Formats: sequence, C-alpha cells, structure tokens
Amino acid sequence: MSTVPAERTDSAAPVLSMRGVSKHFGAVAALTDIDLDVYSGEVVALVGDNGAGKSTLVKILSGVHPQDAGTVTFDGKDVSIHSPVDALNLGIATVFQDLALCDNLTVVDNLFLGREIGALRLNEVEMEVQSWKLLRQLSAKIPSVRVAVASLSGGQRQTVAIARSLLGSPKLIILDEPTAALGVAQTAEVLNLVERLRENGLAVIMISHNMQDVKAVSDRVAVLRLGRNNGTFRMKEVTTDELIAAITGATDNVVTQRAAQSGSAARQAQAPGGAGAPASADAAEEGNGK
Amino acid sequence: MTTTNHPSGAAVPVATDLQDERLIRTEGFRGALKVGINRVRAGDLGVLPIVVGLLVIWTIFQLLNPFFLSSANLVNLLLESAAVGVIALGIVCVLLVGEIDLSVGSVSGLSAAIVGVTFVKQDWPVGLAILAAIATAVVIGLVYSFVYNKFGVPSFVITLAGLLGFLGLQLFVLGVEGTINLPFDSFLVWFGQQAFVPAWLSYVLAALGVGGFLLSQLALSRQRVKAGLSGRPMGLVLAQAALLAVIIFFAVWYLNRARGVGWMFVFFAALVLIMHYAFTRTKWGRSVYAVGGNREAARRAGIGVGGIYTSIFVLGSTFAAIGGILAAGRLAASAQSSGTGDVNLNAIAAAVIGGTSLFGGRGSAFSALLGILVIQSISSGLTLLNLESSFRYMITGLVLLLAVILDAVSRKSRTSHGRA
Repeated sequence: MSTVPAERTDSAAPVLSMRGVSKHFGAVAALTDIDLDVYSGEVVALVGDNGAGKSTLVKILSGVHPQDAGTVTFDGKDVSIHSPVDALNLGIATVFQDLALCDNLTVVDNLFLGREIGALRLNEVEMEVQSWKLLRQLSAKIPSVRVAVASLSGGQRQTVAIARSLLGSPKLIILDEPTAALGVAQTAEVLNLVERLRENGLAVIMISHNMQDVKAVSDRVAVLRLGRNNGTFRMKEVTTDELIAAITGATDNVVTQRAAQSGSAARQAQAPGGAGAPASADAAEEGNGK
Repeated sequence: MTTTNHPSGAAVPVATDLQDERLIRTEGFRGALKVGINRVRAGDLGVLPIVVGLLVIWTIFQLLNPFFLSSANLVNLLLESAAVGVIALGIVCVLLVGEIDLSVGSVSGLSAAIVGVTFVKQDWPVGLAILAAIATAVVIGLVYSFVYNKFGVPSFVITLAGLLGFLGLQLFVLGVEGTINLPFDSFLVWFGQQAFVPAWLSYVLAALGVGGFLLSQLALSRQRVKAGLSGRPMGLVLAQAALLAVIIFFAVWYLNRARGVGWMFVFFAALVLIMHYAFTRTKWGRSVYAVGGNREAARRAGIGVGGIYTSIFVLGSTFAAIGGILAAGRLAASAQSSGTGDVNLNAIAAAVIGGTSLFGGRGSAFSALLGILVIQSISSGLTLLNLESSFRYMITGLVLLLAVILDAVSRKSRTSHGRA
C-alpha cells in the first residue's frame, strides 16, 4: 500500500494528481512510488532533506526529464510531459532554484522570453506596458524593466522569475526554493507573492528548507524522504517538530505511525493527540476504503 | 508620487516606467549624456572603442601616407571590406549563441570554386551557379548543426574538421588547373569591380536611411508616450539623427568625389541592416541572445534551442558562401587560394573587434561592419606603406589580441557593476 495523501474536504478534483511516480538515475532510485495531489487555490509545501527527491519531482512536472513509471493527471486528464513546452502548454509553470533567467537580457525580455508579442515585429511597447502591469499586480519593486537582469538583487530576480511564470496564465505554479538566499524583507516579499498567487486561485507547489516559510504560507505539507512519500500533513494540525521528524526520520516512520493511528481511529472514532495527528485520520480511512 | 513638476510648470502624470522613487531621474539631453558616461564606466563600452580605434588608425596612416584618406583609397577600402565583412556577419551570428565557426574561410573558398566551375566550365547561368554555391553552404550548415545537436561535439572541433575537409573539397572541385578566371563581362565581376551607385541615388539612399531612422525613432517615442511610458527626449533623437546625417552625407559626398559607393558595399550594408532587424526586433533574434546568454534558461522558457543552433550554423555558412562569391567577383577568379590565408581570422577578428563577445549573448550586426572597417583600414594602410604581408599579419594579430582583451576586461567590469 502506498501512502495516502491527506485529502481536502471539498469535493473538487485536484488540479494535479500524481500516482506511483518513480524515477531512477542509473542505479539510484531518486523517486519511488510517489503520490501527490494539489488543488487549485492551495499552497502545498514540498519538504524533505537534501537528496529526498524534491527537485527530481519538480523536474518531472516541468518536463526536464520524464518519469520512468507512474501516472500524472493534470486537470482531469492523463498527461505525459516530455519537454518544458509540454509543461507550459498544459499550464504548469516552474520557477527554478537557479532562476533560469538570462542575465544578458532585460527584465521585459526575460518576462516574455519564449512568448514574445509579435514574432516578426516585436511589440516592445506592449510588452513593457504588460510587464509593468504584471509587476504592479504583484506589488513588485523593480525600479526599471529596461535594465539587464544581472543588475537586480536576489529578491528582484526571484520576483521577475515568478512574474514570468504567471504570464502564460498557468493553473499550477511550482516554486523551487523561492526564499533561499534572500534577506528578511525580500523573503516577506516573496511570501506575500505566494499568498497572492493563492488568492488568484492558482495551485502552488512550494519547495522549501525553511520551516518558518513553510508554516507561513502553505495549506498542506508533503514530506519526501529518500525518494518516498513520508506523510502529508495539514498545516494547521502539525507542529514544526513533527515535520522535522518526518523529514529526518528521527522518530519511527510516520507512515507506519499513521497506519497504526488510523487503525486505532477506527476503533476510537478520534485519533489521539488532536492537533498532532499526522495527516487527517478520516481522510486516510476514506482512502483505505477505495 | 504620481505627479511631478515639469519644467513647464504644469503637473503631468509620471510615465509608468519612471514611477519608482529609487530611479535617478535623467531628463533631456544632458541626462542621456550622463547615462552614457556611466555606462562606459561600468564596462558597457558599446561602439566607443571601435570609433576611437578607427580614429587612431586613420590618423596614424594619414600621417604616414597622405594618400590613405583620399576618396579613391576609401572607395577601394569599402569595396575590399564587403566580402570579408559578409563573412564576419556570419561569424557574428555564430558568436552570439556562444559558438564559433572556424571553417568560414574554407566554405567561402568552396563556394567560389563551385561558382567558378559551374558558371565558367559548365556554362550554367550565373544565378543558378550562385544558387548552387549557397545551397551547398546551407547543407554544410545543416551538417554542422546536426553533428552539434545530435552528438554535442563542440562547434570548435566540428568546424575545425570542416576547415580541413572543405578546403580539400574546394581543391577537388577546382581540379587540376587550380584557377578559373571569371569573364570580365560577367555580372559577378561587374558587381565586384565596376558597379557603383549613381551619385544622385547614393544621396537618395542616404536620405532614406537617415529619414527612416528618425521616423522610426519618433514613431516609437510617440507610441511609448501613448501607452503611458516615457518617450525618448526629442532633443536626443534629433541630435542622433543629425549626427547620423552628417556622417553618412559627408561619407557619401567624399566617396562620390572618386568613383562613389560600390553596390557591393551597399549590398553588405543592407545585409547588416536586415540582420540587425532580425536580431533586435524578432522573436528569433531574442531567442538567439537568450541561448547565448543562458542556454538552459532558454530551453526552460520553451525555446527550441536545437532549432536556433541550426538556423545560426546555416546562416554562418551561408554568409561565408556569399562572402566567397563576392570575393571571387572582386578577384575575377576562383583559385586554390580563395578563402585561405587570413580570410578566416580576419572575419573572426572583425566580429570581435566590432564588439561581439566571444562569450556569447552580446554583440550586434553592426560589429561586422565596424570591425571589418578597422581590419581593412590596417590592411590598406600597410599596403600603402609597401609593407610586406608579414607585418600585416603581425599587426592584425596584435589588434585582435587587444580587442579580445578589451572584451574580457569589459566583461569583468560589467560583472562587477552588475551589468553582466
């Protein structure tokens, strides 16, 4: 039995649903049997130690390399994502850890890279107007959009990268460590931005090592450990300690713990420990019932 | 802060792109000048080193030989520069994506050989002969890009193989004779040696060029203001147009005192303008710069990187072939020595001297034009001084080295000033 993710209570189908996804590089199994659901209008934090497979998962979703096994369902349809273009066309936008901006191009150029307005006669004015509109929408603080990206600060670059992902009007945005290497104010800026993405009804997957950031913006947390699911938690019902335990495997495997708990929940009608219960026991049951 | 006091006293809304309070306001002509100076300080040199270099070179040679800056010599200089200039334009394309094509000399020689054999020996119509040579170059570019995209071999090595291979093919095509003279009454030779723009037409073309620049700038400025962005200061636009007009009209007038402007040079300039448009105003050009700046970022933005490389390698070879054909017309012959010697390095040197970075993602089509003027000025000046080619090689090598050092230093400076 694979782990059962914590389901949201509303009946809407998830935007993204991964089932039994595996990926190996040579003899190394980077991901084994991963399940993940993401709904629109929610922020799912994807956490895990170094080498847990977070980046590999993101790369599968963004079309950098396809999975070896398992299915990805996006917007109710089974999809296969073979290239970044596939991912973009589906409506999956990814903001990579290394930002993937072209330093030699300006902010406008970067924002519209790959989807310029007017293929044979670039409409620079229209692109600049739209850039400003977009950046203002995100309350982004970029002094000029006609400077090379190389001259921007880390937070500004992150903002440009996130703003760019919004241009294709995606349904799912994946943020790979959006707050890494950012200052206090800039981190707050980016987290605000994530809030705004959720308000706009987007599904957001956020990878982060920073538990504070995770607690600040995410609705649910999916933990990966050594390439496997190691529990999915509702943010309101979990403590930082429990998360860290799940990430590091410091206590017993959370999956077995939860299995035991859901068994006892069936008997006691309520899982013990209240807020500390990993995932939601009722959801786990529901999943078992299928 | 949404309004500010305009010099005229009336409150006008601030353009969308000037609202950030951290922006240092630079207004009008003086502001633009200040921005320019700061740019140069930060290592964004633009065309400045070339202009300075050209002035230095011209001054020195004029002092050494007063014939150097005469109309007759400059007419020749421009004609001479067209062929290698077109090849350099191909090099600019390849350098922009951070690759290199070392085989342009051989490809130009091969295309000259193909034109010579098909046109003279096989009696093909000249158009068909040219088409055959260009088609061959396209195939060569496709082969390069196939090997590059498929096997990931560095372009340096692929084109080094091409350098040897196509030199061999050139010798094979030419056969035992080794040299094929093109008839003097043929279109190619006329175009390379005798075709000059009538004086009145050259002024019309110059006026069209300056007018086109001015109108497009004004239209852009108006469009920006209409969209709520800042327009370019009118004074600056007019000053630039005036400067351009003075340079072009003076050059045309000066050249018309001798034979005038060669059609071959006009052809080269037109190619430069077309490529400039393609690089700066099309989606394809934007992709080229993106691939040169950060290949992985371009790929993740959904750009077909392989296709961009293919188009670039094909363009590089095609321009080499066109350059080779022009050189054959200029020389009135296809020989075993066509495209050998310093053609290769002159083309690469021109592109780099003109300001196209060897590191990719930075440069413009105009660097081919400006760079070849520098190279050809040195070559012409040394020829006038009756110096042997040994000196020409050494001095051109030195200038190339200086240009590359300048490129590396300004790149460093850009990095430290956050302009990468």
